[in-house]
Amino acid sequence: MAEHTDQEHGQAHYVKIWAILLVLLLVSIAGPIVAPHIEFGFLKAWMITLMTAFGIAVVKAYLVAAHFMHLNIEKKYISYLLGTMLMFMLLFFAGTAPDVMKHEGQNWQNVAAQTEVERALEAEGKKAHGEHEGGAEH
Amino acid sequence: MSATKPIATTRSATGIPTGKLAVWWVIASEIVIFGGLLSSYVMHRLGHPEWAEYASHTNTWFGGINTFVLLTSSLFAVLGHYAAEHGDGKKAAKWLVGTSLGGFVFIGIKAVEWTGEIQHGYTITANGFWQFYYTAAGLHALHVIAGVVIMLIIANDARKGKELHRVELIGIYWHFVDIVWIFLFPLLYIAK
Repeated sequence: MAEHTDQEHGQAHYVKIWAILLVLLLVSIAGPIVAPHIEFGFLKAWMITLMTAFGIAVVKAYLVAAHFMHLNIEKKYISYLLGTMLMFMLLFFAGTAPDVMKHEGQNWQNVAAQTEVERALEAEGKKAHGEHEGGAEH
Repeated sequence: MSATKPIATTRSATGIPTGKLAVWWVIASEIVIFGGLLSSYVMHRLGHPEWAEYASHTNTWFGGINTFVLLTSSLFAVLGHYAAEHGDGKKAAKWLVGTSLGGFVFIGIKAVEWTGEIQHGYTITANGFWQFYYTAAGLHALHVIAGVVIMLIIANDARKGKELHRVELIGIYWHFVDIVWIFLFPLLYIAK
């Protein structure tokens, strides 16, 4: 048990976890750059980016929580406490996201959001068109 | 000031020291604060396709370097905890000062980054994306500043060999601040 504790919480162990975190950081930065070049079949670039960005963020958070915050040896009470808060977060997301992500439903319409999306996309289109024309002039 | 500690400081119904338990409860409440903010950002981002263009103006390198700085400062914090556990207050204080320096560097980089963005017109009133950007990163930066202040106070005590258990407590808080950034980084800098 003592050996296990020393191994799991020695200085070399912490440096090892830090090194893994840095490698994961590099992968998450490289993900969107490399993704368009390695997509194949059903595996699209955005899926690769999603995995390298958010999948890796979850792994990094787990490594920090388990090994630096010592949640892996902390009393279960703390994991349950933090897990409950995460569930509250998911509950909040599930309850409100449909109204925010969608701009219309069976009996409702979010006109302000629809107008803003249309206006912004149109402005972006004009900007891109202008840049394209400006580039052609040069 | 009384030399004896209050009963609440020394008792432990859960088997977890009271100070540590309090820090875990602080973190539990912080999960709801940051979780709510980030959840709101995600749902708005998914509902507003035009935000992808706004997000393309954030600088991945600034975000990446700051992630490196925070991960490294977290390593320093846990090494400080290791030293404190072994009764070496002086070493623990040194590691905590190193962690604080990481906090200063983080804030310095953020100041340079924000100055450039504001000069380019990407202010908090520009649009919904930049509102979330400054609110989420700003709230996180306030936590970094608070962490640095508390850490330096604890380092000063640890240097004298006093209250060494607090080294772990500030470490737990600092790691949480690190975890929040681990999620802010892909949300604000990678997903473009």
